[in-house]
Order: sequence, then structure tokens, then C-alpha cells
Amino acid sequence: MINFTFVRTTTAKAAVGLVTKEKNARFIAGGTNLVDLMKRGVTAPERLIDINGVPLKQIELAGDVLHIGALASNSAVAEHELVKLHFPLLSLALQAGASQQLRNVATVGGNMMQRTRCGYFYDTTMPCNKRAPGTGCGAITGYNRMHAIFGTSEQCIAVHPSDMCVGLVALDAMVVLAGPKGERKLKFIDFHKLAGTTPEKDNNLLPGEMIIRLEIPLNKVAANSHYVKVRDRASYAFALVSVAAGLQLQGDKIVDVRLAMGGVAHKPWRLLEAEAFLKGKTATEANFKAAAALVMKNAKAYKENAFKLQMAPNTLIEALNLAKSKA
Amino acid sequence: MSVKEENIPENEGRRDFLKQGTLFTALALTPVSLLKAAEGKADEKFAELFEQVSLRIKVNGVAHELNVEPRVTLLDLLREQLHLTGTKKGCDHGQCGACTVHIDGTRVNSCLQLAVMNEGKEITTIEGLANNDVLHPMQAAFIKHDGFQCGYCTPGQIMSAVACVREGHAGSKGEIREYMSGNICRCGAYPNIVDAIEEVQKSGVQV
Repeated sequence: MINFTFVRTTTAKAAVGLVTKEKNARFIAGGTNLVDLMKRGVTAPERLIDINGVPLKQIELAGDVLHIGALASNSAVAEHELVKLHFPLLSLALQAGASQQLRNVATVGGNMMQRTRCGYFYDTTMPCNKRAPGTGCGAITGYNRMHAIFGTSEQCIAVHPSDMCVGLVALDAMVVLAGPKGERKLKFIDFHKLAGTTPEKDNNLLPGEMIIRLEIPLNKVAANSHYVKVRDRASYAFALVSVAAGLQLQGDKIVDVRLAMGGVAHKPWRLLEAEAFLKGKTATEANFKAAAALVMKNAKAYKENAFKLQMAPNTLIEALNLAKSKA
Repeated sequence: MSVKEENIPENEGRRDFLKQGTLFTALALTPVSLLKAAEGKADEKFAELFEQVSLRIKVNGVAHELNVEPRVTLLDLLREQLHLTGTKKGCDHGQCGACTVHIDGTRVNSCLQLAVMNEGKEITTIEGLANNDVLHPMQAAFIKHDGFQCGYCTPGQIMSAVACVREGHAGSKGEIREYMSGNICRCGAYPNIVDAIEEVQKSGVQV
């Protein structure tokens, strides 16, 4: 690992000040992804600002909004009574990701900031527009079994690896950020971005900004929600396809619905068109299939991931059926 | 031994050479801006260059006051500086669980922890599990159920297993498999590992 300097900090303001002042400085929280990337030479910050001393681990209700501090660990969130009660989808998504050892350390903010697991991004001898802009994309014509089928660009077809973020985008979460000019809020759906012509940027954070907390409004889909993750082994593997589904049912009628997909795009993929289609309809297999067909309309496969064109709609239908059957 | 080498004073030459070599290797891995800061008074600046951060840490009940480079992982600190080699380096990338230790009672992969991020923390390694000569119940159960073959993953498996029971995630074989999935065993001793954990959990013994 390349040498760097290290400083501990205890306030968000100090942390933002430090990261803004220094060139090539980065925050470190759990470090489960960052330390790995540094070991592999994918990234090499010259200064790390340890934000673990900043008091941002709260998980609490503020009126009808759940606040989750950016430094709450993935396991703490997954196993918190308020989360299990109001947002079982988020709990299930978190528990489907990584291992308990990693979840104990990985933070909510760090989970949002994790980089793609595309093999070309990790292998510094390979071309990768995300790691080294302008060098090309190894995956488009190479090994692309794990890669995206939605919203891809000519420059990058990597997927965002998070399960938690798939749950959060379905739950209409907000992200509170602190920056050099103060705080701002961003819709979770707008936090991550597509690769486009700037694949080196995963999200819309501005320079110096730090994630402070998530705010998730209570909803009525909790009772009928589910997270389905399809992967190469039963546990501890990244998603080939995953689906977060939540239904608010009145008898058989769908009053509200939340749908998002993981493992298919450069960002957690909210399925707004399918949601609009399902609202007001009956929760039948036929309608679920029609919604899935709508979702797949714009999918594009590459040489080795064409199986996702079948797996994605099947997983979506399965998730909707499972969510419905929970009543 | 060559004639040339004999002319070098015993030990000193070789030690200096090794020192220099290590230093140059380290320099090659140092960001340019840090190197610029060190230009000129090279000798005096080397100490600053490889910044050491103070670290107070307790390992298996023993308090240590250390100075470590920020890039040293907790795993390397344990193995290389504190000579606690029970904790194993498997993949070194958080994928295999061989390096699992407890930090303040919570299981983590020590290979992905920077040591300096553990100021004031209490670490427990496999060496700290037994009560002198009396094995921890999980260690005894692994032996009884033959929960290993080559044994390399075993310290990590046992540290993870103890935490798994403490967390309340060992209620069934299925739950044990899910919550032990971060510990890979290439010999495939999984059925016996699950049996060992299940027995300890069912015995109700304090872990």
C-alpha cells in the first residue's frame, strides 16, 4: 500500500475542512472497500481523514421519518428494531450483502460510496475508464457476465454492487450532506449517477461533501415487502440480479408499490414506469408479468450477460409474488 | 563469500545495505508531494516522511502503546509487530475470513482494518480465547467434531463462531451457515464446523 498521512477528527465540520484543504485527501469510515482498493493500487489517497470519531451512529424516529446516521454500521441498521418494523426491505437487503464481519464494520455512508466490483476496474493492468479515464472499457468486449443491462454507456458497463442502496432507492430515502458551503439534501435516487461520459464519477457528491445521514419517510408498503437476490452461491456473493419490492394492498388492489433492481445498472435502478403501471391494478401474476415486460423494454445485453434478460423479469415477478404472499 | 564482501565490516555493511534497500523501496511507493517535502534534509526528514501515528490498543488483555505507520493493517500489526501469529492471513482482501478477530467484542476482518483506526480498542485474537490451559468451549467443540482439516482457516472460523453464538445467530443449521458465510474453508469442513457451533449453542454454555 502506498504511504499516506492520517488524521483523526471528531466533527463533520472539521472533517469537511480537512478534506477540502488537502489535495487527494479522502474520508475513511469502515474502510472495508477503501483499504482493499488501496492495497490493490486502484486508488492512492495521500491523506486519510478518519471520521469514526464523528457522532453519526444514530438510528431514531423523528416524527414520521427515520434518521440513520452515516456511520451506523450495516449490521446495526439491519438488526435495529425500528428498521425491521418499518423498513423490513432495508433490513433484508442489508443482510443479503457481504458477511457479518464486513457488515459489522461497513457503514451506511461507506456502503453508498463503495465502488464497482468490475474485474477491469480492480485489475490495474487492464483498461478501465472508471479507474483511468480515457483508457477504454475492458468489459464491453471482454468478460461481462456480471455487468449492466440498463443505462449503459459506450464508456462503462459496470454495475453498482450495493444491496442496501437498492432497498433505499425503493424507500424514497433522502441523503443529508455536509459540504464547504453547509448542508444540503439530495433525493437518494439522485445520489448515484449513470456512467455516461464520466464513468470515473459514481455519484453526484460535490468536492468536499460528506454524507451525514439518511432520512427515510414511513410508508405503507412495509407489511408486503421483500428483497430477492440471485447470486452464484447461496450467501456472500454479489448480485447477478436483485429486486426490492413493496406493495400496499387493499384486498387484491395495489394502492402503492415500490420497485427497484440491483446488479443491472451503474446505479440502484428504480422501476418507476412499472410502478405507475401497477398502481390501481390487481395484484395478479398477469399484471406482474406485464410490469416486468415494461421494465425489460430498454434492456441491452452484452456477450456474456444475456441471461440477465430472463433472470431480471423472473426475479421481479418472484419478488412481487413473495411480497404479496406476506399478507 | 566474495573477497569484496569480506572487506565490508561484519554486519554493518549488510545491515546498512538492507536498510537502504528498504528505504528506497518505501520511497518508490511514496507520493510525490511527500517526497518534495523531504527534499534537502533527507536524513532528518525520513522519520516525518514515514509518519508514525501513536496508538494505544489492548490485545488479549495486554495494553500496548505503539507507534505505527498509517498503512499497517491490524492483521499485520498483530502478526508482525506483536508476534501473535494465530490470526491468519488468507486472501488479505476481506473475502475469506481467516483473519477474523474481535474488536470490542465484535467480529471483523482484521486485514481490512487500518491499525491506527483502533485507538483505545480492545482486540481479542485466537490466542486470547482459552483460559490458560483450558480450551474455550468452541475450541473444544471444533476438536470434538473435527471441524477442520489443514487448520489454516480454523482460528478465523472459531473467532467467527464464538461471535455467531453471542450474536444469537446460531439458532439453526441454516442460520449458522448464513452467518458463517464470511469464513471460507477450502478443505470443506463445513458440516463439522456447523455441528460444532450448533452443539455449543445448544449446550447453553457461556461463550
